[in-house]
Amino acid sequence: MSDIPLVLPAFVCIPLVAAFLLPILGSFGRKGRVVATALANLAALSLLAMSIASTNQFSVYNVGRWSIPLGINMVLDGFSALFLITVNLVSSAALLFSVRYMEQYTAKPKYLSLFMLMVAGMNGVVLTGDLFNLFVFLEVASIASYALVGFGCDDEQLEASFKYMVLGEVGSMFILLAIGLVYGATGMLNMAYISKAIQNNPTNVVLCFALALFIAGFGLKAALVPFHAWLPDAHSSAPAPISAMLSGILIKVLGVYALVRTIFSIFGISTTVGTLLVVLGVVNMVTGAFLAIGQGDLKRLLAYSSISQVGYIFLGIGLGGALLAAGASPVWASLAILGGLFHLLNHAVSKSLLFLTSGSVEMAAGTRQLDQLGGLAEKLPLTRASCAVASASIVGIPPFGGFWSKLILVIAAIGAGVYWAAALIVAVSVCTLIMYLKVHRYVFLGELSETRQQIKESRGSMAVAMICLACLCVFLGLVFLAPALRAELLEPAAKVLCDGVGYADKIMEFSKDMIVCAD
Amino acid sequence: MKGMTIIVKTISSWVKLLIFLFGIYIVLFGHLTPGGGFAGGVIIASSYVLLMLAFGREFVEKNLSLTASSRLDCVGALMFVAIALVGMFYGAASFFWNFIHQQYLADRATEFKLVSAGIIPLCNIAIGLKVGASLFLVIFALSVFCNDFRCKGSARELM
Amino acid sequence: MPYAMCFLLFMIGLYCAVVKKNMVKIVIGLAVMEYAVNLFLIMLGFRVNGAAPIVDKTCYDPATGRVTAGFLNAAVDPLPQALVLTSIVIGLGTLALLISICIRTYEKYGTFDITQIRKLKG
Repeated sequence: MSDIPLVLPAFVCIPLVAAFLLPILGSFGRKGRVVATALANLAALSLLAMSIASTNQFSVYNVGRWSIPLGINMVLDGFSALFLITVNLVSSAALLFSVRYMEQYTAKPKYLSLFMLMVAGMNGVVLTGDLFNLFVFLEVASIASYALVGFGCDDEQLEASFKYMVLGEVGSMFILLAIGLVYGATGMLNMAYISKAIQNNPTNVVLCFALALFIAGFGLKAALVPFHAWLPDAHSSAPAPISAMLSGILIKVLGVYALVRTIFSIFGISTTVGTLLVVLGVVNMVTGAFLAIGQGDLKRLLAYSSISQVGYIFLGIGLGGALLAAGASPVWASLAILGGLFHLLNHAVSKSLLFLTSGSVEMAAGTRQLDQLGGLAEKLPLTRASCAVASASIVGIPPFGGFWSKLILVIAAIGAGVYWAAALIVAVSVCTLIMYLKVHRYVFLGELSETRQQIKESRGSMAVAMICLACLCVFLGLVFLAPALRAELLEPAAKVLCDGVGYADKIMEFSKDMIVCAD
Repeated sequence: MKGMTIIVKTISSWVKLLIFLFGIYIVLFGHLTPGGGFAGGVIIASSYVLLMLAFGREFVEKNLSLTASSRLDCVGALMFVAIALVGMFYGAASFFWNFIHQQYLADRATEFKLVSAGIIPLCNIAIGLKVGASLFLVIFALSVFCNDFRCKGSARELM
Repeated sequence: MPYAMCFLLFMIGLYCAVVKKNMVKIVIGLAVMEYAVNLFLIMLGFRVNGAAPIVDKTCYDPATGRVTAGFLNAAVDPLPQALVLTSIVIGLGTLALLISICIRTYEKYGTFDITQIRKLKG
């Protein structure tokens, strides 16, 4: 245990140092840019290695040795570890992909710097144990993502970036107001202490209002359906690796993680909130799926599909939460949460892979309109294969990860007696199947147009990134057959949510015997 | 943007130094008086903005080039992280540990003792550098955007 | 009552950001929202006849060596001030980015009207 506490700030520190070192290196000509790119990849890989090493542990780190509630602490538990792995996995793949993909843009060091800032922000959101600190990291990640969406400075990218930024800022202001209300009501900013204060005074009107604001604010960041308008624009306009980051992890970290952490660990889940999450999840699933089928733009289709898949995650977690609050069937509750979290991991990997393949298609064919594409199967065999694997995983075809996570969700829903939810999960999966068949039909099958006889398969780092993620899609399907992996990664995460507000006790227990330097 | 009248130019070339010094003062005394890295950095940047308004953008670019200021920006941020990291490796301490703290509890925030607040003045200097350089860059970039647009707009009118 | 005024200001900003058609007005609305929240945070720490929360030698009780209770009761809460400072810095960053995006968009489209800036649909 002795060396682990050192690791926690490093998750924020490494990308932050990289973010500010890279532009300096990049300003020294071409060689400097090559070194900067290599360094960025190295940083991402080391973060990945560290996050894999940090699974299934519990640790609290007091920044600057100020004991809580005076100081800021960083908390690593099962739930954070799951998100850390997801974030660093997808970000290292996306960064590898962008080594080659971003050659078509200028100012690559700035891109790398913003990318690293985004990773730093997301790692910080996942690790922090302080509510205001969460807001700061959330803003770091969001501002970097606003800039990255508009990175190309084309008409559409600027428009999407502006839309994303306005809605994102409104969400951030809701969150900040909610944090202010919580601080006013409890006098604390540390999550564990707030949680304790809320347990002592559960029916405070101000706190209920703050919870509503939190749901609205984080819901905006997660693109829950009434607030989803920015997502298809932003995710389809950004450069492909950034779309992969946004769809794969940013909406999950800033939206799902922050919302679930706030609801489960701070406020404590209640039946009302659990049901609300289920309803939001179902609405997201259905709306996203129906809107996606009608899209003519490849990346827009994928973006709407993200809205739909986030619905699954909220359905699983909300169902589990509602069951936990009712106290009826803890087994099914934990199974539902497990399914939701596993689906989150699967979706992060497969959707980022799909966005990377869309980038590869766009780079080769020069367009992403479905009706102008066709017959690319021969020319882009690797892209086609990885797209097929990712689609299979996201639709839920047996050997892949998506099948198992959806199966768990269905079993949990049936076990809990919520038959309509189980039926909806299957029905929306059929819609998902239709939309991905459409993608394959229009992009890879059919006639290859005369003008595209010369196009080439993407090579180098782009190919490596796609192959890695495709292998991961297959591998995630096997996770459930190997109980050791499940026990390492998913079960601790589900257990944290099942414990709910037990989070506070755990942190206080852990930090009781730490050195206190404040008077 | 060729600058303003001779009166403005003369006055601002005197005043810019005072503003710059005042910014440095705010940065260095951030741990004793209201202010600190951010406020001081903004004042430092504003001295350059004054120059930019009075003498035009090209003049300022000659004094402080864009590459140099973006490097300064990064150096400031790196300094801040480095200070935090030094705390981490100083003995068995932790991230952001105030490692110059021996006198800390005895005579905190005493006048005429710069290190009385441990690493806080150092952090303030780093933040001042970062904020000064980046705010200068922000205003510079905005003025470049506007100017580009104005040139294009007039060209369009001519056509 | 002051809290209600803050909330009103927040709602005005929200209204401006959501309803207005001009990009610059939307940005102004966002800024108003942010200042409303900052004002709210500052007011959380407010105390009538409060003292600045700066500990110097006069604040210590010579007998016990601890900070006197009188000071603790009079001092305003310093934490919201730190929070507001942080959120002002964040606001500066977002405002700069928003304005630069506005300028670039105006360059491309020649208008600030968001009803005419809609190449993205669906």
